[in-house]
Amino acid sequence: MMWAVLQFPGSCDERDALHACSLAGGEARLVWHEERDLGGIDAVVVPGGFSYGDYLRTGAIARFSPAMEAVAEFAAAGGPVLGICNGFQVLCEAGLLPGALLLNEDLRFHCRQVDLVPENGSSGRFATESVGQTTTRALSIPVKHGEGRFWAPPEMLDEIEANGQVAYRYAPGQNPNGSARDIAGVTNERGNVLGLMPHPEHAVDPLTGSTDGLRVFEALAGSRA
Amino acid sequence: MAKARVLIRPKEGILDPQGKAVERALPALGFEGVEHVRVGRMVELEAEDPERLGELCEKLLANPLIEDYEIQTF
Repeated sequence: MMWAVLQFPGSCDERDALHACSLAGGEARLVWHEERDLGGIDAVVVPGGFSYGDYLRTGAIARFSPAMEAVAEFAAAGGPVLGICNGFQVLCEAGLLPGALLLNEDLRFHCRQVDLVPENGSSGRFATESVGQTTTRALSIPVKHGEGRFWAPPEMLDEIEANGQVAYRYAPGQNPNGSARDIAGVTNERGNVLGLMPHPEHAVDPLTGSTDGLRVFEALAGSRA
Repeated sequence: MAKARVLIRPKEGILDPQGKAVERALPALGFEGVEHVRVGRMVELEAEDPERLGELCEKLLANPLIEDYEIQTF
């Protein structure tokens, strides 16, 4: 299995993502934002950070990069894509995921461990069913962001929920940013693109207190085909 | 080249915590009676073809899901 981890000017979590991918199985390589070729790649991670300085809006400029054009084609062909934090924002801006991520309700940057509840019985093909089936226990994963408030118009939220596109919610009382309906992660309708505000790549080693993040990467690997 | 200004603001109904923070700070400075503060941004530019500014706003300057924009040309 070959993973690609995108790298924009201003990305900062791509090394941890590479490490997490290799722990989940297979090889992983960085793909610079000017690369347009994802040949031979089985799964893509759009990592966290501050792509292009987050100018204008988070993720707004990164979505026009050659690498993101390739990711859009890859996703359209059914390839698994995981966007984490800034990567989630990029995927929303690119129209590959529904909704948008706004300034945290309390205007503070939050960096702390949260519990994520996988949504069971949803139609998403990875990270929902595959993670949900392995355990009903919440995943302990850190968040670190200032703009992570998931928002969509109420009718879009209803649709996302009805389609089973909610992959994870913050455990009750742990919503750090005011996200609508406690949503922490969503998939596209087809279920092959997942965006997640918390950072599974920072929870793959016992040294940092939790290895739950690895399950997200394993689910992504298991969703191929 | 036509000079233009694009005003971008959060859509009505979307919580704007920046606006709220500004609003809450005002009474302490003696500015009473100010309400419904919304913080957006303004982009100044010069364009050869002002007709295309709408498209430019839709694609990059604003996110139409969460923001309204207004184009002023001079």
